Amino acid sequence: MGYQWNFDWLAGYLPILLKGISITVELIAVGAALGVSLGIACAWVRTLGPAWLRPFVSAYVELIRNTPFLIQLFFIFFGLPSLDLQLTALEAANLAMVVNLGAYSCEIIRAGIQATPRGQFEAGKSLAMTPFQTFRHVVLVPALQRIWPALASQIVIVMLGSSVVSQISVEDLTFAANFVQSRNFRAFETYAVATLTYLVLAIMLRKVLDGVGWLVFPRRKA
Amino acid sequence: MSLIAITDVRKSFGQNEVLKGIDIDVERGEVIAIIGKSGSGKSTLLRCINGLETIDAGSIAVGRAQLLPGEAALRALRLKVGMIFQQFNLFPHLTAGRNVMLSQMVVKKTPKVQAEAVARKMLERVGLAEKFDAYPDELSGGQQQRVAIARALAMEPMALLCDEITSALDPELVSEVLAVVKELVAEGMTLLMVTHEMRFARDVCSRVVFMHQGRVHEIGPPEHVFANPKTPELRQFLGV
Amino acid sequence: MGQFTFFDILRNLLIATQWTVILSLVSFVGGGIVGGLVLFARISQSGWLRNLARGYIELLQGTPLLMQLFLAFFGLALFGVAVPAWLAAGLALILWTAAFLGEIWRGCVEAVPRGQWEASSSLGMGYLQQMRYVILPQALRVAIPPTVGFSVQVVKGTALTSIIGFIELTRAGTVVTNATYQPFLVYGLVALIYFCLCWPLSKASQVLERKLNVAHSHH
Ligand SMILES: Nc1ncnc2c1ncn2[C@@H]1O[C@H](COP(=O)(O)OP(=O)(O)OP(=O)(O)O)[C@@H](O)[C@H]1O
Ligand SMILES: [Mg+2]
Repeated sequence: MGYQWNFDWLAGYLPILLKGISITVELIAVGAALGVSLGIACAWVRTLGPAWLRPFVSAYVELIRNTPFLIQLFFIFFGLPSLDLQLTALEAANLAMVVNLGAYSCEIIRAGIQATPRGQFEAGKSLAMTPFQTFRHVVLVPALQRIWPALASQIVIVMLGSSVVSQISVEDLTFAANFVQSRNFRAFETYAVATLTYLVLAIMLRKVLDGVGWLVFPRRKA
Repeated sequence: MSLIAITDVRKSFGQNEVLKGIDIDVERGEVIAIIGKSGSGKSTLLRCINGLETIDAGSIAVGRAQLLPGEAALRALRLKVGMIFQQFNLFPHLTAGRNVMLSQMVVKKTPKVQAEAVARKMLERVGLAEKFDAYPDELSGGQQQRVAIARALAMEPMALLCDEITSALDPELVSEVLAVVKELVAEGMTLLMVTHEMRFARDVCSRVVFMHQGRVHEIGPPEHVFANPKTPELRQFLGV
Repeated sequence: MGQFTFFDILRNLLIATQWTVILSLVSFVGGGIVGGLVLFARISQSGWLRNLARGYIELLQGTPLLMQLFLAFFGLALFGVAVPAWLAAGLALILWTAAFLGEIWRGCVEAVPRGQWEASSSLGMGYLQQMRYVILPQALRVAIPPTVGFSVQVVKGTALTSIIGFIELTRAGTVVTNATYQPFLVYGLVALIYFCLCWPLSKASQVLERKLNVAHSHH
C-alpha cells in the first residue's frame, strides 16, 4: 500500500487526548460505582424484595437490555428536558451509564444471589437476623464474589460503550479523537491511536477490577 | 414452668402431614435426644421450634416467647434458641471470629469490641481460640461445626437445637464435636438434639424421644428407652 | 416541512427500521460465516493460527464498536474511492460479530467432554471427521441459545452506524427529531421499535436455554 503513515501530529495533540482519557475514566468510575449499587438494589428486589416492586424492576431491566445505549443516551439528554429535567451533557452521560449498567448488573447479581445455598438463609434466620440483615451481611458478599468475573466483564463493556457519549458532545476520548482528526486530517491514524488507547484502558480496567475483587473478597486457599 | 413447651403441634407439607400432634415439655438443663427413622419428622420438629417452619396447629413456647406468626415474634423466639445444622452453614466470606461476632453486632447491636471479646471467649470454649482469623474453608468439618456452636452460643440462647450435627463429619472428627456438646451439658445448657449416635444419647441425655410417623412414639429416660423398648417399632429401630 | 402527525413520525421511523433489520441480518449472517472461520482458527492445531485468532478476538472485544466503525470508514477511504456508509457499516459489524460469535462457539466446542474426542479418535476418525460427526453436532445444541442471545447485541450494535452516516432507525430518529422538535416522543418510539425487534430474540434465547437445561438434567 502506498499510504504514508504519519504520527508526527501525536505529540502536539497529546494534552487533548489525555483530557479525553480522563473524562472516559471519570465516566466509568462513576458509572461502575453507582451502576453496580443500583444493580444490587434491583437484584435484591427481584429475589427477596417486596413483590409489588418486582414488575417495575423487571420492566426496567428488559427495557434497558433490549434497546441500544445510544438511544438511551439520546432519550435522557434530548428527551427528558421536555419533562423539565434539564441535564448537562456530562450528567446525562453519567445517568445513562448508571441506568444501563444497573440493568445488566441486576441480572448478573441476581444469578449470584440465586446460587446461595438455602442453609445460608436459614443460618441467618436462626441467628435472629431480619431478612434484610441476612441479605446484607450473609448473602451479598458471597453472591458478588461468585459473579465478580462476569460483572467485571460487563463493566468493561460499558466503558467501551461509553465512546458514544461523544455524540452528545461529552468531551471523552472519542470526542478528543474526533476533534484531533478534524485538525490533522489524519483520521485513520488518529482513530487507530484512540482504538489502541481504549484497548489499553480495557485491559487496565480489567486488572483494577480483578484487584478490587482480590481486596474485597476473602482469599481462598487454592 | 418448663423452658420449652411443645403442645399438640401439627405441621403439613401440602397433603403430607409430617407432625401429627407433638407434645413435649423440656425442663431447664434437660438434654433430650430425638431419634427415629428417616422421614419421621425429627428435623421438621426442630425447625418448627426455631421458627424456620410455621406450624399449622398447637403451640410452641420458649421461656415467655410464643411461636406466633409474624417476623418480629419469630425473631424474639430465635433469640432464645440457637440452632446448629448438619451442614454447619458457616458464612464463607467471614473468618471464624467474624462468624461469631456478626449476629451479636447486627441483631443485638453489641459494640464491636465487646462482640469480639465474646467471640474469643466462645471460640475458646469450643477449643478453637487460635482459629479466630481462619476462614471456614481453612477449617476441618469438625472445626467448622465447633465454630457454628460458638456462633450460636454467642447469642446466649436458653436452649440449643442440634440437627444431626455430626452426620456430615468424617468418623474421626465426630468425637471432637461430641466432646464440646458434653461440655455444654456439664455447664447446664438445655439441649434438643436429633442424633444417630445412640451411645452418646445413652450416656449424656436425660430423656430420649422416639419419633415415628410424625408422633412421639415413646419417651423416657435412656435406660428405659434403650433397655426395654415397649413398642415393636422402637424395637425394630434399635435392632433388638 | 409542514406539520408532522404522529403517524407521519411513526411511518418515517418504520421505513428506516427496514435498514436496521437488513443491516442486522447481513451482519449476523456475514458475522456467522467469518465467525466460523475464527472458530476454526481458534481451535486449530496450529499454534500461530490459534494465537492470531485470539489476538483478533481480544482486539475486537477490547475496543469500542464505534472506533471499529471509524477505522473501517476511514480505512477503506485510504484505498482512494469515496466509501459509502453502508459498506463501512456492514464490514465493521461483520468483523465485530465474527469475533464475538467465534468466541461464544469456542466455549461451546470446549464444553464437549474430552471423552468424546478420545472415543472418536479411538474409532479411527480423523480431525475433520471428529469435528463433523461428533463434536460440532453436540456443540451446536449448546450454541444455539447464546447465539440467538447475541443477535440482540447485533441489532443494538447497528444503532452506532448512524454515527458514520448510515441511515437507519437511530439516524431517522435524529432526523425526525430535528424536524418535529419532539425528542421525547420520537426517541421514545425509536426505543420502542428497538425493543420490539430485540425482546423476542432475548426471550427466545432464554426459552431455548431453559429447554436445553431441562433436556440436560434428564440425561
Ligand atoms: N420443605 C418441605 N417440603 C415438603 N416436604 C417436606 C419438607 N421438609 C420435609 N418434608 C417432608 O417431611 C417429612 C419429614 O421430614 P424430616 O426432614 O422432618 O424428617 P427427618 O426425621 O428429619 O428425617 P432424616 O432422618 O432423614 O433427616 C419427610 O417426608 C419429608 O419429605
Ligand atoms: Mg432430618
